[in-house]
Amino acid sequence: MSVRTMTGTTLVERRRRRPLWIVIRPIVSHAVIIAGGLIMMVPFFWMISTSLKQEWEAFQIPPQWIPSELVWSNYQRAVFDYFNFVRYGANTLTITIGVLIGRLISASMVAFGFARVRFIGRNVLFILVLSTLMIPDQVTIIPLFILFKEAGWLNTFLPLIVPAWLGGGAFFIFLLRQFIMTINPELDDAARIDGCGWFGIYTRIILPLVTPALAAVAIFSFLGTWNDFFHPLIFLRSNELFTLAIGLHFYTSAASASTRPETTVVMAGSTLIMIPPLLLFFFAQRYFIQGIVFSGIKG
Amino acid sequence: MGAVDIQRPLRAEAPAGKPRLSKSALAENIAGYVFISPWIIGFIIIEIGPLLAALYFSLTNYDILSETKFIGLRNYEKLLFNDPLFWLSLKVTALYSVGSVSLHIIFGVLLALMLNQNLRGMAFYRTVYYLPAVVSGVAVAYMWIWVLNKEAGILNTGLGYLGIDGPNWLFSIEWVLPAFVAISLWNLGGGMVLYLAALQGVPTQLYEAAEIDGAGWWPRTWHVTIPLISPVIFFNFIIGIIGSFQVFTAAYVITQGGPANSTLFYVLYLYRNAFENFKMGYASALAWVLFLVIMALTVLSFRVSGRWVYYEGQLR
Repeated sequence: MSVRTMTGTTLVERRRRRPLWIVIRPIVSHAVIIAGGLIMMVPFFWMISTSLKQEWEAFQIPPQWIPSELVWSNYQRAVFDYFNFVRYGANTLTITIGVLIGRLISASMVAFGFARVRFIGRNVLFILVLSTLMIPDQVTIIPLFILFKEAGWLNTFLPLIVPAWLGGGAFFIFLLRQFIMTINPELDDAARIDGCGWFGIYTRIILPLVTPALAAVAIFSFLGTWNDFFHPLIFLRSNELFTLAIGLHFYTSAASASTRPETTVVMAGSTLIMIPPLLLFFFAQRYFIQGIVFSGIKG
Repeated sequence: MGAVDIQRPLRAEAPAGKPRLSKSALAENIAGYVFISPWIIGFIIIEIGPLLAALYFSLTNYDILSETKFIGLRNYEKLLFNDPLFWLSLKVTALYSVGSVSLHIIFGVLLALMLNQNLRGMAFYRTVYYLPAVVSGVAVAYMWIWVLNKEAGILNTGLGYLGIDGPNWLFSIEWVLPAFVAISLWNLGGGMVLYLAALQGVPTQLYEAAEIDGAGWWPRTWHVTIPLISPVIFFNFIIGIIGSFQVFTAAYVITQGGPANSTLFYVLYLYRNAFENFKMGYASALAWVLFLVIMALTVLSFRVSGRWVYYEGQLR
């Protein structure tokens, strides 16, 4: 790229060349960034475009970018005919919120303990917290499956929700602990003088001050559970308990072609499933970036 | 830290001998354990307990149907010497991992450098590039099946404009893994955000100093920027490797491991053994090998990282 003009030129030369480069450089940058951005958006566009086509048009060769007429009834059929969308949506939301609440409460408690309270073995235990990041869910899934089977929890939402109430995951504990550590401990002392106990400091001082971090945890948690496929696949059996992800897959991979939804309807279903995460992102972008940056950089 | 250490000697030395807990310290200890108790319970019930249970199951022929017997290391013996699918799944996963992680780092850093310029509309561009990282799972998998369709897909249509006859991505033994890597690259935005944050932390004096020394764009990037953001590159590297060894949904939904097992990712193979064939003992051995592989890669990465990751303020 022409950036090389900067290399090894004398100051005089550089001053002479600068004006042209100053004009061209932003134009080149914009062009490259926009081209790349369009490529990133093509899969979304293609899915939405297909979801509004007639089935025959979806398979037309060469493919049409824009549907000749917009077939909104594909969405209607996705929601009411093929998938029990309302039911699956309610199930997904129940699990997502159950996980979210458990994670916010338990991860913030644990993080507060590690960040603020001094107790014997704190550092060793915190290293243990971090080391569990190395244990992927897939490694422990078989014993957990057997455990939940023995407990009679298979085919209920409990195996999906309860684990989040037990600490909420090392990543979230870590994120919140790092955030709590940035809050001035003199606030704790002031609260203690005013008669606050540990629990009071946690609920009245720390929790209100870490709301941005809690928002980040809530968002990541929502996305993780909403998009989860592996766990519901293993723990849920009956149709009326399916999540959106499982339901979409169950019908689309059905053996008989007569019950299988058409491609346009599958695209409509996929689009609908993606809407809540995208909406969440648009409305809570600030917390998103903050959370990611905080966990990645300050760590 | 330094400031605190200097203060220390000024204080009175603590009395020698066994430190005893005062009443308030005891209360604080109790409070601490109460606060972290959810994690302790979780650690025992859903982390270390199952991890050890998996180790035990891996030494048995546990398969839900027949009587469970202790069979020593026979599962591991079979896996290492008598199971070509185990090696195949490792190979598939490793190939994908190398391709996906290295391209993620190269393009992620390049993208972050592009988006770190002071141009109008940058916030909007960053949003656009980050968007794919928000969605994942089954819906995304179906979207890609349709994008990568041989005749009616948009990718081959686009390649057609360039005069390229695109392959049948998801049904071609040679092209299916590259297709998976391409799908993973769509999520470039996730790592990019971290690089961006790191780039914004690079002190501008360093660039000025380099410019005065006559360093152009490339030397400045290579000798100033890259070393300073190397901790974040390293972080993404580790996360990327661990993540690539956990690929499941894409393989399960898009190709079911095919064609001819060329996308038999490790976790897919584990899932099939455990939940389709109910060979829980054997699958537990697979799980433990996965655990060991991830642990070894993580430890190894940290060992090697000292050589090329630059931490500011660190003495050399």
